[in-house]
Amino acid sequence: MTRIGSDTSSPAVSAAAPALLSVRDLDVRYGAICALQGVSLNINPGEIVTLIGSNGAGKTTLLRTISGLLKPANGEITLLPTSPSPHPPTALSKLRPHEIVRLGISHVPEGRQIFPNLTVSENLLLGAYQRRDDLSADIARCHTLFPILKERQSQKAGTLSGGEQQMLAIARALMSRPRLLLLDEPSLGLAPLIVRKIFDIIREINAEGTTIFLVEQNAHLALKIAHRAYVLQTGRILMTDSAQALLANPEVQKAYLGG
Amino acid sequence: MLQFTQELIIGLSIGATYALLALGYTMVYGVLRLINFAHGEVYMVGAVSGFHFINLALRWHAPLALALTIAFVGSAIVCAILGFCIEFFAYRPLRGSPRLVILITAIGVSLLLQNVVNLNFIYGPTPRTFPAEVQKGLNTSIGIGGVYISRLIIIRFALSLSLMAVLTWIILRTRTGLALRAVSHRFDTAMLMGVNTNRVISVTFILGSVLASVAGVMDGLRYTITPLMGVTYGLKAFVAAVLGGIGSIPGALIGGLLIGITEEFARFYLPTQYTQYADAVAFVILIFILLLKPTGIMGSTAVEKV
Repeated sequence: MTRIGSDTSSPAVSAAAPALLSVRDLDVRYGAICALQGVSLNINPGEIVTLIGSNGAGKTTLLRTISGLLKPANGEITLLPTSPSPHPPTALSKLRPHEIVRLGISHVPEGRQIFPNLTVSENLLLGAYQRRDDLSADIARCHTLFPILKERQSQKAGTLSGGEQQMLAIARALMSRPRLLLLDEPSLGLAPLIVRKIFDIIREINAEGTTIFLVEQNAHLALKIAHRAYVLQTGRILMTDSAQALLANPEVQKAYLGG
Repeated sequence: MLQFTQELIIGLSIGATYALLALGYTMVYGVLRLINFAHGEVYMVGAVSGFHFINLALRWHAPLALALTIAFVGSAIVCAILGFCIEFFAYRPLRGSPRLVILITAIGVSLLLQNVVNLNFIYGPTPRTFPAEVQKGLNTSIGIGGVYISRLIIIRFALSLSLMAVLTWIILRTRTGLALRAVSHRFDTAMLMGVNTNRVISVTFILGSVLASVAGVMDGLRYTITPLMGVTYGLKAFVAAVLGGIGSIPGALIGGLLIGITEEFARFYLPTQYTQYADAVAFVILIFILLLKPTGIMGSTAVEKV
């Protein structure tokens, strides 16, 4: 097993087209505890990249750092600007979360975190909080992706079932028209049938052009829809490969796929 | 019965001003989980600046109605700036600190404001009232079906209710109001939606301070103005917010009105030698809420997020 954590100068990476999001040597600490150490990864435009790892590996911490909710102790996160070449990638770690949303990153947090006392429509409006233009096309798109949300639009979001709440959380994140969608454990606590439905929709969203960074404990499912994957263990990137290769990798099978 | 109706109306109008102040406590608690103990002092500054503005206006021979408008608007502007500054300079640098630290800061801000207003070139320790001509104009009573109510009571009631209506509209129907509700439900998730939480917090302090300034000017019209007037009054409004369920906006309205009515009834129906205890009624109520239903009338029993 090769440790590639700080191997950022690998020619394979730098020769490719510029990454949409690039994380370099990231350290994140909670007080004296290191939650992430020297994490580096790239997400290319149009990909589904998944990050797998067990409980407490630091997956959620990484997403929260990308979104600006946590500040890294060291390292940098950069995002490719919307207008190409002359502009250098934008450094994210000094920005506040709402500025990062404006740049095109949308985060579906772990446990869905919908606003239970607001209606389904209000939840969607909040997702588009940074936008001042017409939202009707986006709302229509969410209703097409998740017809149940149309039926429930004036209901309080707290009355939805777990699966419906997850759909709302994803729809809400799409309302800001993100270039990169961060998904934290979308399968958490849901019935297998619903999980499959949600994963189909994730693939559909990706096919429509949104890049996806998916964090999952359900490694099998995640590897099946992803193009590439990283394995995170106790705050370090243990390995990376194409999703197919990792699915076949005996180490991964043993540790994360129950085989 | 007429007497009862009259006392009820007076109680409602007093309660409406408590409610205005309670809204400030409850909104700040909603977004920051902080009891802003300096809020009573914002109310006091409202009364003091209302006093200065009305005297200034009368010195320029402004008609009474205009002078009153200048007092209300001027003091609202002063308090809006004050509320913004309190949050920006005292609380914002401490965001994320232990709550005790912020609570002590709030008490410090409150003492600072009392003592600044105590300075002679600002206001001074002498209790003063609004000019006699203003008081005279407002104390004329209007009789409706045998119930006599002063104009001041009517103005207090009407102004408080319309401000609450405006606030409700802001919270339920505007983009900023939606953000305010989002921040008070889930702070971090609101950030992920692209809400600039610092801006929402500033708006909350400004709205609360404007309401407090109106309550301050209205009470300045009725009572004497001193640098310490916000202490008891602020605490009673805080009790109103707790009674209604802290964090709940309809709760603050209900709590304020209930405290106002009970206090006025206590003042009127208690034997004369006990009338001075009317001020204590609110605090007796507080003890009972804390014993019986600490979440208040409209409060949710939801587990507090960390």
